[in-house]
Amino acid sequence: MTELKIICNGESRLVSVNTTVAALIAELGLEQTQLAVELDGRVLTAEGLDNAMLTENSRLELIRFVGGG
Amino acid sequence: MLSIAGRTFRSRLFMGTGKFSSSALMIAALRASGSEMVTVALRRVDLNDPADDIMGALNRRRFFFLPNTSGARDAAEAVRLAHLARAAGDTNWLKLEVTPDPRTLLPDPIETLKATEILVAEGFVVLPYINADPILALRLQDVGAAAVMPLGAPIGTNQGMLTRFQVGIIIEQARVPVVVDAGLGVPSHAAEAMEMGADAVLVNTAIAVATDPVKMAKAFAVAVEAGRMAYEAGPGEKQDQARASSPDFDLNFLRDE
Repeated sequence: MTELKIICNGESRLVSVNTTVAALIAELGLEQTQLAVELDGRVLTAEGLDNAMLTENSRLELIRFVGGG
Repeated sequence: MLSIAGRTFRSRLFMGTGKFSSSALMIAALRASGSEMVTVALRRVDLNDPADDIMGALNRRRFFFLPNTSGARDAAEAVRLAHLARAAGDTNWLKLEVTPDPRTLLPDPIETLKATEILVAEGFVVLPYINADPILALRLQDVGAAAVMPLGAPIGTNQGMLTRFQVGIIIEQARVPVVVDAGLGVPSHAAEAMEMGADAVLVNTAIAVATDPVKMAKAFAVAVEAGRMAYEAGPGEKQDQARASSPDFDLNFLRDE
């Protein structure tokens, strides 16, 4: 098996095995400094992104600031 | 100068960043408002359009971010959003907003108090959005809220100071800054809140949905300044009876009395 199924922002997505959260963020073309990242309900720190490994059925939330009141 | 949790602000107008038709317009309105503190919300990145990042364009040194917990319906959701806000924003400041009823968007006092206690213990600077309830404002102050943010009217209604009487009591009792938030529709509403002694106001919809948001932002800035100045100047008391402004003597030349 070379790919894993994860749920990213509510949608299924296939990623290669041994993909870190930081790698996926880069692959998506996002700037990690502007994001909040929650993996399986836990908020990750900036350092945590490099170490956090995606696994089968990982639930990832990529959150950022939008206009609000 | 306004001071909240040790941070000072020259402008007493805080501005929300929602509902603007473009980020260019939002930034122009922010500049015109003179605001130094702006509220922002947290949402999922749209993975089909990841470049759509309107807040990325904002200079965080010029505009201090106050993340809100909009969308939270209970304390647990608000605490989760607070943790995300801290991670995304590198800030421990938070406008706590718990609104279980999407129809009225009125804040839940019990969940708000609960979340404030949790978040203050975790080191957050918490500014809770509340209904204009003087007792709740005191309770929140007692558990460590850095300010209280009573509503003038429900969010987005542009109705003005419907809660005038209760906000007056909150201001009179508060030891923390009082920021009137929500429902202020025109600059005179903001001036009214400031004349009453509110420490600041937060405006979003009224500016964002105006035909000319930049001009409206400026109008609110002027009104907030005028209202504050009037408060500091000390307004005269209301009277039940007319009292002539001109002298009422030496009028004999008009008629014999």
